[in-house]
Amino acid sequence: MNNYDAIVIGAGHNGLTNAAYLAKAGLKVAVLERNPYIGGATVSRELHKGWYYSNCSYVCSLLRPEIARDLELPRHGLQVVPFGGGATFMRNGDHLGNYHDHDRHYREMARHSKRDANAYDRYTADVTKQTRLIRPFLMRTPPDPTSLKPRDLSDLLDFAKAFLNMGEAGLADTIAFWTKSVGDYLGEYFETDVIKAHMAGSGIIGTALGVYSPGTAYVLLHHYMGDVDGNVGSWGFARGGMGAVADSIAKAFKSYGGEIICDADVDQIMVRGRKTTGVALRNGDEYLAPIVVSNLDPKRTFLDIMDAKDLPAAVVKKAENFKIRGSSGKLNIALDGLPIFNGLDPKNPVMAGDLHFTDSLERQERAYDDWKNETWSKDPYLDMMIPSLTDPTMAPPGKHMMSVFVQYAPPKIDGRDWTAEDKAGFEKTVIDQISTYSPNFKDLILHCETRTPQDIEAEVGLTEGNIFQGELTFDQLLFNRPFPGYAQYRGPVTGMYMCGSGTHPGGGVMSAPGANAAREILRDLNKPNTVPGGYADD
Amino acid sequence: MNSPTRATMLLETPFHSRVADRCKINDWGNWMGYTTPNAYFDVELEYFSIRSTTGVFDLSPMNKYRIQGPDAEAYLNRMATRNISKIGINRVGYTVWCNDAGMVMDDGTIFRLGESDYRLCSYQRAIDWLLWCALGFDVTITDETEDLAALAVQGPTSCTSLTEMGLTDLNTLKPFGMRTYDFEGEKLMVSRTGFTGDLGYEVWVSPEKAETLWDQLFDAGKEYLIKPFGSYALDIARIETGFIQAGVDFVPAEEMVRPGRARSPFELGLSWLVDLEKPLFNGRTALLKEKAKGSRYRFAILNVDGNKPADHSFILKGDRQIGTVTSAAWCPTAKSNIAFAQLEMPEGSIGEEYVAEIYYQRELHWTRLLAPCKVIDGPIFNPKRRRQTPAIPH
Repeated sequence: MNNYDAIVIGAGHNGLTNAAYLAKAGLKVAVLERNPYIGGATVSRELHKGWYYSNCSYVCSLLRPEIARDLELPRHGLQVVPFGGGATFMRNGDHLGNYHDHDRHYREMARHSKRDANAYDRYTADVTKQTRLIRPFLMRTPPDPTSLKPRDLSDLLDFAKAFLNMGEAGLADTIAFWTKSVGDYLGEYFETDVIKAHMAGSGIIGTALGVYSPGTAYVLLHHYMGDVDGNVGSWGFARGGMGAVADSIAKAFKSYGGEIICDADVDQIMVRGRKTTGVALRNGDEYLAPIVVSNLDPKRTFLDIMDAKDLPAAVVKKAENFKIRGSSGKLNIALDGLPIFNGLDPKNPVMAGDLHFTDSLERQERAYDDWKNETWSKDPYLDMMIPSLTDPTMAPPGKHMMSVFVQYAPPKIDGRDWTAEDKAGFEKTVIDQISTYSPNFKDLILHCETRTPQDIEAEVGLTEGNIFQGELTFDQLLFNRPFPGYAQYRGPVTGMYMCGSGTHPGGGVMSAPGANAAREILRDLNKPNTVPGGYADD
Repeated sequence: MNSPTRATMLLETPFHSRVADRCKINDWGNWMGYTTPNAYFDVELEYFSIRSTTGVFDLSPMNKYRIQGPDAEAYLNRMATRNISKIGINRVGYTVWCNDAGMVMDDGTIFRLGESDYRLCSYQRAIDWLLWCALGFDVTITDETEDLAALAVQGPTSCTSLTEMGLTDLNTLKPFGMRTYDFEGEKLMVSRTGFTGDLGYEVWVSPEKAETLWDQLFDAGKEYLIKPFGSYALDIARIETGFIQAGVDFVPAEEMVRPGRARSPFELGLSWLVDLEKPLFNGRTALLKEKAKGSRYRFAILNVDGNKPADHSFILKGDRQIGTVTSAAWCPTAKSNIAFAQLEMPEGSIGEEYVAEIYYQRELHWTRLLAPCKVIDGPIFNPKRRRQTPAIPH
């Protein structure tokens, strides 16, 4: 009775996407979820009556439009509403606004530096060139550079062509983007601290690196390569919170006949000979299938729910060395009203965007120093949003919901587990920083959910609470994600696959890894492909 | 200057109160973050003010940069393609500037205000590039965009209108010359320049004097049928007279995203602005190479049969597509149908004949028209009065 064609472990957005495409191809598919609710890190939870928290991922841009359209996610309830703007508040009482309107944005930057405001156009053009190089490969399996298979060779050739098309300057820029620090990269364009700091945030979010660490420029690019309705680099809110993403994919999956089983905690992927036969739960139940797909990160997959004896030693070693360090925490706050920020009209449209309080690269780098010293940043970098300014379903009328992403928070404090005292100190640090810029903020707090990397790992299962299922540095991208030789979604055991953000093209709520993995599975089964191709950039 | 708060979505120019008063049909556009009229009352009549009386255009949003210091001339010679040393004091020169790949970033005019004192007017914002190029030169570069208000006063009676306003002996000012007058206790600068290809001037004052200038000018020009014109009328005039525009007829090189979409000065028909004799300027090496190897494209002015403007048309040779149109208009004074095209080399020699694939719609009905067209030798409209000194009175 527990026999399936395929079992997907984990009901995160990628697991559900993968399952939906397998079910669409006619397979009998079950998704097993450890928690009593689905979504993984793509959830909305009512933790305070009337307030919904996107308590892990909180904004949406990378979700592939090809998938949203193909799985009819809008019909299943998904609406992504773009938000305009953002701001970085400065210690001197001023701020830098990030306006959606190009000319207004120019003028705002020009208040700080006319030169930087002008350089922004050159910066935008250069970043756009790089996103155009990457975007066509999001919905494709990374080619294996050591393979002589015609498909790999032709994909490699495509990549080489796109690369060469960029010309000498473009190529140099590509290498810079993939290897440089975000601080150095921005230094090529901008001279003003607050302007650099505002943009550099995207280079460190979710990453255990500092703004001057090599490789962080790519992390910034990763945040630019999504789009909302074709506006590349634009971000939006999922109406109803990020859970709406997982819920809509789940509905699509069920519409193809799929089955989701919650409270199903997988203990082990069963292997007989060199083939997988299904999974065993911690409660002893077994689910049988010739295909088992793991939506878990590479460490959990290979070190936790697989037996080292079933795996090549090299894979175990690579999983052990996989970089998936915890670097961030989160506060989700129910507010009794709208907080007022010094020097900013509450009606200003930038309020609806991402707000920050770190006005220099130096402060961002110092925040990283604390992480290296195994404590949370005492002057953290916050990526704070008030989604209820855009989405009326997140909080009761007149009230607000605030999502505060906190960089940096280490997986352990001084080498030991977080204590309740640590967690309270972490929470206080964040609330104090916001209060410095918002006099009425503290009085508005009705409820606060504070999540350390340890909490995220315990609840969601992400190792060390790493939001990307592994750092997005060049050594862990494309045909190296998660490890060389295993980047095409196939595991080392026949019938076992990976579909999480630990595979190409990486983290962010993209659904591309799940869809790409489904395409490979269907290929192995000689089934017609149900996964759409990527849209071409014009 | 009306100083809107930074919360305003669109800025107003120093002439806004007067402009708004005359913008009867409320057709506004966004020019570099300023709200400016596309049209004031009737595009066709506005256009004819340029060609038959006096037309006035608010060009305050134009980007203006002051370049001063001992190395100003050497700096501009390094930055721009043409020989700046040939621009005398109180003279103006048109030029383009390139990036290192020899691709055009923008075009503009350089006003020589003194021995080592220049003003550059550009369509694009340029301060980052200007400062970048200034490394090693003893110059100071200041963004003066908001410090100057300017009106283009164009057309056959423009000299008379301005003389009537008090700019004595203006008719002796030669094309591309400039001169300073006292005006309301301040200085007013007038240059015989413009974007219409007609007799015309540009008048520059401090923002504080802008409204007074407008009032006095329209008062003085009343008998000479002075009228304001918006960007739509200007577009017809500039196409009629063969002026290209950044962002329309070429992509500013440093903002290009898709490989190969930028153009060199040679490819835009501007080789006359490139002085390869100069030992060093941005893009020189690449341009020398292009000169030896040949260009990829040629800029052509096409005279198109019929009266349907060839907007966005493909240009065909037989059944092969050899280029596209970047700007097109029916030109009411020249009574010609003109299009600017980018043609693949070696196409585009003067006299060559092609076909423009034109689509137009009437009452929801689309028609595809294959209109013969011919490459012509320079602008279709180039009147004597544009160059005559003394300038004609009407």
